[in-house]
Amino acid sequence: MSRGTLFDKIWKLHSIGQLEGGQTQLFIGLHLIHEVTSPQAFAMLRELDLQVAFPENTLATVDHIVPTDDQARPFADPLAEEMMKALEENTRASGIRLYNVGSGKQGVVHIIAPELGLTQPGMTVACGDSHTATHGAFGAVAFGIGTSQVRDVLATQTLAMDPLKVRRVEVNGVLAAGTYAKDVILHIIRHLGVKGGAGFAYEFAGTSIEAMSMEERMTVCNMAIEGGARCGYINPDQITFDYLRGREFAPQGDVWQRAEDWWRSIASNPDADYDDLVTFDAADIPPTLTWGITPGQAVGLDETLPAVEEYAVEEYAVDEQDLIRQAYAYMDLAPGQSMLGVPIDVVFIGSCTNGRLSDLREVARICKLHGGQVPAQIKTVIVPGSEAVKVAAEAEGLDKIFIKHGFEWRNAGCSMCLAMNPDKLVGRQICASTSNRNFKGRQGSPAGRTLLMSPAMAALTALEGKISDVRPLLNKEVLS
Amino acid sequence: MSALTKIAGRGVPLRGNDIDTDRIIPARFLRCVTFDGLGEHAFADDRSQLKAAGKLHPFSDPVYAGATVLVVGSNFGCGSSREHAPQSLQKWGVRAVIGESFAEIFFNNNIAMGIPCVSLSAADIECLQGLIEDNPAHNVEIDLQANTVTVADASFAIKMPEAARQMFVRGQWDATVQLLTNLTQVRTRAVRIPYLNKFTP
Repeated sequence: MSRGTLFDKIWKLHSIGQLEGGQTQLFIGLHLIHEVTSPQAFAMLRELDLQVAFPENTLATVDHIVPTDDQARPFADPLAEEMMKALEENTRASGIRLYNVGSGKQGVVHIIAPELGLTQPGMTVACGDSHTATHGAFGAVAFGIGTSQVRDVLATQTLAMDPLKVRRVEVNGVLAAGTYAKDVILHIIRHLGVKGGAGFAYEFAGTSIEAMSMEERMTVCNMAIEGGARCGYINPDQITFDYLRGREFAPQGDVWQRAEDWWRSIASNPDADYDDLVTFDAADIPPTLTWGITPGQAVGLDETLPAVEEYAVEEYAVDEQDLIRQAYAYMDLAPGQSMLGVPIDVVFIGSCTNGRLSDLREVARICKLHGGQVPAQIKTVIVPGSEAVKVAAEAEGLDKIFIKHGFEWRNAGCSMCLAMNPDKLVGRQICASTSNRNFKGRQGSPAGRTLLMSPAMAALTALEGKISDVRPLLNKEVLS
Repeated sequence: MSALTKIAGRGVPLRGNDIDTDRIIPARFLRCVTFDGLGEHAFADDRSQLKAAGKLHPFSDPVYAGATVLVVGSNFGCGSSREHAPQSLQKWGVRAVIGESFAEIFFNNNIAMGIPCVSLSAADIECLQGLIEDNPAHNVEIDLQANTVTVADASFAIKMPEAARQMFVRGQWDATVQLLTNLTQVRTRAVRIPYLNKFTP
């Protein structure tokens, strides 16, 4: 059993007690809601004649269904408009703050809470969205929940939960140029599997992780759930504190020093015990992308796609071979093939995984280094993660660079990560995407295909019209 | 709320591992403010794709109409936290799920809805799916007190996390009532959480 980890400390602080069945009643410090998974929860409250117990500890925004082009109300999709209205009415009636479109603070829920300074070390964070793990980047215990549990948090600010084991996932060393946080997490999932994290919280650590900016750390924690871990976190340090200082909801004035002292105290102890330890060497991590239909079906750009039989001996059990065969058939790819040069139809840059300012800066950098134009037959969508990211990107002139190089520049939302709004793949289109899931049909077309990758790889892939390697371009930059 | 110790009914086998919640209920069906009507869209894309290929998805196969016990592989319900997924299964008719393993959020959603998810080994799942395919009329009975699933002459030992099992056996699978009982303690704790109280000692 783990002892002395950040997870253990936060769990203990927030435990109200043990429920009769044996689960823990856990206090939730920050509850985030959005339009998709909350309307039924509010309806359940009304049925039970219950009030929202701690409205000040819940924040609402709208992200999944918002159009990223014309955002005028009513929305063109009447179902989206109905969901929007339900969120507006529910938050108004219960006194919950809503950051709506046009407020300047709207965006993907996992992007706005950190950028407003709402997400802080030592918190428990819950949201009816599996990518809530993102907030773990600050040293919070953050996890996704379903709608019935959203009801429980609204009614009591607590959840019935079973404790998790803690696996320390260390990545040590310096990442090579052209290898990003996205490559790190895709590499980890590729090797630990999509269900390897079941029952665990992942503590990401090691010198590679410690060297990352907060935005990179969020990319890593965001996809913990894709490795089966409901929660992933990174111990808070000076980089965390520097990011938080001065943000709207961060501690101000003389509270700051007390906050920082407490934040330091909740990090895992140097002699903490873990249930498991896995280590990776940064030197072994290549630019990585998925080729199949689960986030674990990934490959380095220098490798060729594996033979089905290889999966039996290497990292997957024999019964996984069926899934590998399905993936080859669905993706129309073949063992032995390289992903380099695979032609693509669509490029999506954005999402709670890679829709932050640093991601967009990297895309702009690749545009400038390449110098060319996105070919006319390629559809591209760049969607900033929030209204604040959009403003910041435009202040730096990134939008002009994107447009000059032939990319479409949109408004904030989840967009083509899950295609609940009008941004969708069509037919068998294949999409280079900076999002987090490559499941069959994920991007809105039941037969659509998704390749997950870093923003840099996606940008160059757009400009070239085919899967491309940014390393030669980056080497040229160093030499010039 | 009443105890849930035995669930019995005909089975529906669904082969394959890592079946994600996007496949159970594609995102376009999440544009709604109630869970009503989701049952007919369960596995919508898989069903229509198999139909186009001249095959039948178990959820479209008339021999499994009226089945209540879903039998699946490993990591079932992975991906998105959408409760729309188990809601669509429930509205299709599912009352219990037997699988090799389940994604955690999906598992928790099912508890909250009163749908037990119990585990068997991969070999037992294979055997159970085979038995149901051979005779879809078989009655599949899950006994949460005896920790068994019985079909025809065969009996398998099921696994379920003890806390979850207790919630069903004691009739406390809907945690809201218990959580509400402790609201005074919750309010007492809230004033001791450092980040909610300006980090004062």
